[in-house]
Amino acid sequence: MSTTRSDLVAKKPRRGLIAVLVNLRESWVGMIGLSIILFWGIVALLAPVISPYDPLAIHTPFAKPGSPAPDGGVFWLGADHIGRDILSRIAWGSRTVLIYAPLATFCAYVVGIVMGLLAGYQRGWIDIFLSRVGDIILSFPVLLLYIIAIQEFGRSNLNIVIAIVFGSAPGIMRIVRGLALDIREREYVAAAQVRGESNWYIMLTEILPNARGPLIVDACLRLGYVIITIGILGFLGLGLPPPDPEWGGMISETRAMAMIFPHMTLAPAIALSSLVLGFNLLADGLRETSLKD
Amino acid sequence: MLLFIVKRLFMMIMTMLVVSLLLFLVMEVNIESVAVKVLGQFSTEHQRQLWLENNGYYRPVYVRYFEWLGNILQGSFGYSVVYKVEVGTLLWPRLKNTGILAGLTLLVVVPLSIFLGVLAGMREGSYRDRSISVVSILTASVPEFCSATLIAWILVFSLKLLPGTSSFISGFSWIEMIMPVLVLVLYDFGYITRMTRASMAEVMQSQYIRTAQLKGLPFRRVIFRHALRNALIAPFTVIMLQLPWLLSGVIVTEYFFAYKGIGTLLLEAALRQDVYLLEACTMFLVAVAVGTQAISDIGYMLLNPKIRFK
Repeated sequence: MSTTRSDLVAKKPRRGLIAVLVNLRESWVGMIGLSIILFWGIVALLAPVISPYDPLAIHTPFAKPGSPAPDGGVFWLGADHIGRDILSRIAWGSRTVLIYAPLATFCAYVVGIVMGLLAGYQRGWIDIFLSRVGDIILSFPVLLLYIIAIQEFGRSNLNIVIAIVFGSAPGIMRIVRGLALDIREREYVAAAQVRGESNWYIMLTEILPNARGPLIVDACLRLGYVIITIGILGFLGLGLPPPDPEWGGMISETRAMAMIFPHMTLAPAIALSSLVLGFNLLADGLRETSLKD
Repeated sequence: MLLFIVKRLFMMIMTMLVVSLLLFLVMEVNIESVAVKVLGQFSTEHQRQLWLENNGYYRPVYVRYFEWLGNILQGSFGYSVVYKVEVGTLLWPRLKNTGILAGLTLLVVVPLSIFLGVLAGMREGSYRDRSISVVSILTASVPEFCSATLIAWILVFSLKLLPGTSSFISGFSWIEMIMPVLVLVLYDFGYITRMTRASMAEVMQSQYIRTAQLKGLPFRRVIFRHALRNALIAPFTVIMLQLPWLLSGVIVTEYFFAYKGIGTLLLEAALRQDVYLLEACTMFLVAVAVGTQAISDIGYMLLNPKIRFK
């Protein structure tokens, strides 16, 4: 039994993540997006090398961009209201964003995929139940959910990730369910059923890989939204707890002084927007190239 | 068809009930924490017990829930802990202001994005299509609190054209409305434009448009008589589904510009632990979101003959 299955698998053309990236070369929009994301990825990886100062160390308050630091160095992007180097804070802040946003999105995907596969493949009461719950959460203004949950259960990294998973999983479930409803009628699923494979095997190895195209595009868009959400929560004072540098929090801490020292708010605002733009452009490029197949 | 509408409205009411139950469970099951929020952190144990006793908090949860629900349905939301007034008197003027902001935004964003979307989708892949698409991705990538920072820097601090806050200190003013509306329009128009574009591009490839073109009808007539009518069904749903999103954006934008709307009120209530005010604001915003979704579903059915005649 297992030999025939592996023969079938081997005949399929390999179309993994690498193939997706190779196809992406044809879309310049997608390539720009990918380069922006890679840029921030490198910044996050090399944060200790790039940042000239400790992001929490206090130097000259309100230093303008390019002004000299007391120890002979330069504040390339200036310093904030209590004298922390903004370049260092942006670099370390990219680490925070690029850890928590993918983590929350990934967890939301695990939950959403499991629920979507169950609803779309098993159908029956479990489908009705999960779809109703999803409808209720989706009709809620999500930000409201986050504000209440974080206010009630406390402001911590874990709670923010849980809140985002709770708010995004129903949307993912709806997409996976729709795809599963379509794919379950295909012949290879029927073949697997005849072979006597278990439901979980069929869901995870027959249905899920064939649903990945739209899911990859959606994941890019959703990462952008999650980055925005983490930023908004930071901006509203409900984000990841200080003193770790976080872009949304940097904007909210300094915006009262933006009239006289605009560099303090502009730097994190541009950083955050560019990262979101990167994911949106990448999603657009992926959609464009995957439609060509 | 009537059955569908009744079913949809029933679902809307069920959703509201579930949300109200969850809200009540999160906010009021732990009565100790309610007492601390209302009486303050420095109240004594004895004071809290007395207050809980007097306000009937020692009764079973389900009794309290139904009483709470009944009060809300009658429009009495309790007293605001921070402002020391009836929550209703705080809510109505704020609701009006938010209505003005959201209404003005929709009034600008809907015609603008449908116009741009149709223009882009009319000839897919053209130069005009590409540039509109790139601009809409660009503006949809800059969240409200970032675009507000950037626009405020240009228009308020550098050029000194507009006021930086919209708190209506000396009454309603149109000039103070410009910044918040601009920020919301910038973020929201990208999404609706892209949806309109996609739907328009799909319609333009369909058989009946080809037929109309081959009949020798002028392009303008093909667009207005044949394409638009079918292309605008999808954007209608998107705009209605966009309203919960718009509401999230409204909360952030109101907070940024100190606009006296329900979003700022909600955030204040959340940050200052004003239990009853927070509950009332939440129920109102959820009612708006759920209501518009029901309307959009019913409207979609009325607009789309494929579903209507099933």
